[in-house]
Amino acid sequence: MEIKLKLNGKNILASVEADTVLLDFLRDKGCLSVKRGCDTSNCGLCTVLMDGKPILSCSTLAVRADGHEIHTLEGLQEEASDFVGFIADQGADQCGFCNPGLVMNTIALLRENPDPTDDEIRAYLAGNLCRCSGYDGQLRGIRNYLNSRKA
Amino acid sequence: MEHKEYKSINKSVRKKDSMQLLLGKPVYTDDVTPKDALVVKILRSPHANAMVESINTAAAKKVPGVVDIYTWEDVPQTRFAIAGQTFPEPSPYDRLIIDRHVRFAGDVVAIIAAETEKAALKAMKLIKVKYEILEAVLDFRTAKDNPVLVHPEDDWFPPCQVGGDPKRNLVASDDEIHGDVEGILAECDIVLERTYHTKAFNQAMMEPFTAYASFDRYGRLHVISSTQIVFHTRRILSRALGIPKSKIRVEKPRIGGGFGAKQTAVCDVYPAFVAMKTGRPAMVTYTREESQIAGSPRHEMEITVKLGATKEGKIRVMDLYTLSNTGAYGEHGPTTVGLSGHKAIPLYTGSLEAHRFHYDVVYTNRQAAGAYRGYGATQGIFAVESIVSELAEQLGMDATAIRDMNMIKEGMVMPAYYNEIASACALDRCMEHCRRMFNWEERSKVRDMGNGKVRTAGVAMGMQGSCISNVDVGSATLKLSEDGTYNLIIGAADMGTGCDTILAQMVAELMDCHVDDVAVFGADTDVSPYDSGSYASSTTYITGQAVVKACAELKKRICSIAADMLGCEGEKVEFAGSVVRRIHTDQTVSLTDIAYKSQVNNTTPAESTATHTSPVSPPPYMVGMVEIELDKRTGKVEILDYMAVVDCGIPINPNLARIQTEGGIVQGIGHTLIENVTYDRKGRPAEASFMQYKVPTRQDMGRLHVEFEHSYEPTGPFGAKSIGEIVINTPAPAIAHAIYRATGKWFRELPITPEQIAMSLID
Repeated sequence: MEIKLKLNGKNILASVEADTVLLDFLRDKGCLSVKRGCDTSNCGLCTVLMDGKPILSCSTLAVRADGHEIHTLEGLQEEASDFVGFIADQGADQCGFCNPGLVMNTIALLRENPDPTDDEIRAYLAGNLCRCSGYDGQLRGIRNYLNSRKA
Repeated sequence: MEHKEYKSINKSVRKKDSMQLLLGKPVYTDDVTPKDALVVKILRSPHANAMVESINTAAAKKVPGVVDIYTWEDVPQTRFAIAGQTFPEPSPYDRLIIDRHVRFAGDVVAIIAAETEKAALKAMKLIKVKYEILEAVLDFRTAKDNPVLVHPEDDWFPPCQVGGDPKRNLVASDDEIHGDVEGILAECDIVLERTYHTKAFNQAMMEPFTAYASFDRYGRLHVISSTQIVFHTRRILSRALGIPKSKIRVEKPRIGGGFGAKQTAVCDVYPAFVAMKTGRPAMVTYTREESQIAGSPRHEMEITVKLGATKEGKIRVMDLYTLSNTGAYGEHGPTTVGLSGHKAIPLYTGSLEAHRFHYDVVYTNRQAAGAYRGYGATQGIFAVESIVSELAEQLGMDATAIRDMNMIKEGMVMPAYYNEIASACALDRCMEHCRRMFNWEERSKVRDMGNGKVRTAGVAMGMQGSCISNVDVGSATLKLSEDGTYNLIIGAADMGTGCDTILAQMVAELMDCHVDDVAVFGADTDVSPYDSGSYASSTTYITGQAVVKACAELKKRICSIAADMLGCEGEKVEFAGSVVRRIHTDQTVSLTDIAYKSQVNNTTPAESTATHTSPVSPPPYMVGMVEIELDKRTGKVEILDYMAVVDCGIPINPNLARIQTEGGIVQGIGHTLIENVTYDRKGRPAEASFMQYKVPTRQDMGRLHVEFEHSYEPTGPFGAKSIGEIVINTPAPAIAHAIYRATGKWFRELPITPEQIAMSLID
């Protein structure tokens, strides 16, 4: 079936099958930052923004994007660049496979709540699994970014 | 201990790939390989032990888009092992690409190659298989000498003699005794004997197993794989497919986590086989379910420790028996078990007069186990540290004081660790440091919070090695470029740990340049100098020393070229970073000029390759302390604080060493409290997805605090030892100790679930 959506600022028209999931559709469109980690909505690796809200693209049919606006990390490089260097400065990127989902959800968090507490950060990002870093380095990075904005 | 000021060593520089990873650039196997590859899917056995009586693929092959389907009749009949180990491997050759005899629920029955995933999955449903279902060996305690054999075949082959006998379901066995174990046990005031059980925990790296295979412009098989072991994978594929190594190239792009899972060539053979059969590119990516049920998890172990001590708390003797479950195939079976003793017993070298370590490794009809961070030491240390805490509690001693009295100290010979000398050991300082930082005296007290909840703390020590002594080989090639920058080429695999960066830091230090001036490439069997691969906590320690050697040799060569240019003898010049200077003069030539000179009328290479190995494997050491809040009504354990002090020698990059530690602790908290492995009656793992296999989230781990105590390892680069594995070893015994203090109950099986705790508290 035909769908119309705005992907990273560009209007696109695409033909998809009824059972195509958004994750596969987006990767097929070259948005390779979107990762598959689990298939069961548990890991957060496939997080993208639909109309500005974070969703799990592994559990969203591509047809559900019809008439909506989707952002992947490819389309938010500048916004991400503001803060990811602080995570890099902690060495917390590690293997990196969870990073795009984490970065997307952090963007959503900071848009919603520009000055979150540590516990609010932990709660908002709880669905983003990371097996390498033990999470605290990611938190230190985000905290340092927030502090740098206040300075 | 040496105190040196460095420019690039012991500095927290960013990982070289950080920004690429954080900005989501396409750097992983599935991102960098062409999209037109055939999709490879695997039909897996629903039975734990069965013979494929007949298999009919006719209907499945008719599905549009299906290219071919392969069964046991189509594969080479040479048995091989997929463990990434140095040849000759201790792991037995016990696999075929597809075996008619399927040995666990999840074993390969057919390989489907199709144009699309959809076609492959449709075909999978249409394959008709008739199984002769055989009795299965599911309980590893009954495996040895069981009449049901997991590997009855006659062509089972052990490249090394490790005490295995497939006619007894044995993969390996051994018994070593040092001193008069029985005599000393008889003299001891107190003897404890306890049995501990740890399960087949999954690494659960975020990127599932994946590999791609195609033919390159010379018609050679080109495999791009998420692997820690490019050279071993080439050797494994060569044997499995029956083609020469010169016809195979294996490379890795960035790896989405490994933790040892990718020290086994879990999936590489399938796309390689399909590419060989079809002549077309082929790609396999395991689902999370496949990664959980047909991956390469930790060896389940049951460890019985007998410990003898004086009433003052001096630990005199330890007897440790490990029964290890390798599952259906023997990958890493003969070796992981060794660490359960060799990297647990030596923690008490300070007082032990005798020890015995004996083990059996058995086959069962379970998913084959493999390498997982800690590699047996994790299991052994859970047992040894738990029984020592139990001894302390029985004697009414403080659990840190009993360790002060008995622990390994610098300079001691470790009879339980191949008689190696603890040449760099700050374990005593780690304990003192952690005790102070944690405020052990106060926080270890049992405090009733008045709401059914209790707070208290637990402690544990840990050790590991740095490489496999006398086995692991690391190499590095360093090349000078025309602008005075360098290329470092390695065969070790950065799986997120940051080894590309820390090895570049070593180059920067020695060549007196900036880390940004060192470009790193790894790993590719066509390009990289030989390296065993990234495992066994070896990369910093072994490949690092290869880098040190390569730098020294390249400096000599650069000086030699420069001396020619300056018209003097080689020994009359000195290397000074961006220039080479004629000694006692201000005559210099720049690295740029030297590099250009090396490209004209020259026979001295402006590059160098060096190789390193080590006769010893110096242990890093660690102390972990945990404060918990335990709800006596529900059994829920909340981690409040985890503090650790690590002695990894001199950390090359303190930030990366800290992240390794934090990550390892959280992974350890996972297998201690929430990651369970249970099976249905047919032997299939119940925790087949992240819905059931719960790895810790950022709300499950409390607060972490990691610090370091430096020692200086004389055989390591810049005094470094390892960090990657040791960090997973303290959570289980420390948390079990805290739970005892809160409840008065010892839990000797992992994970320790709220149900078990709550049920144990019902009188």
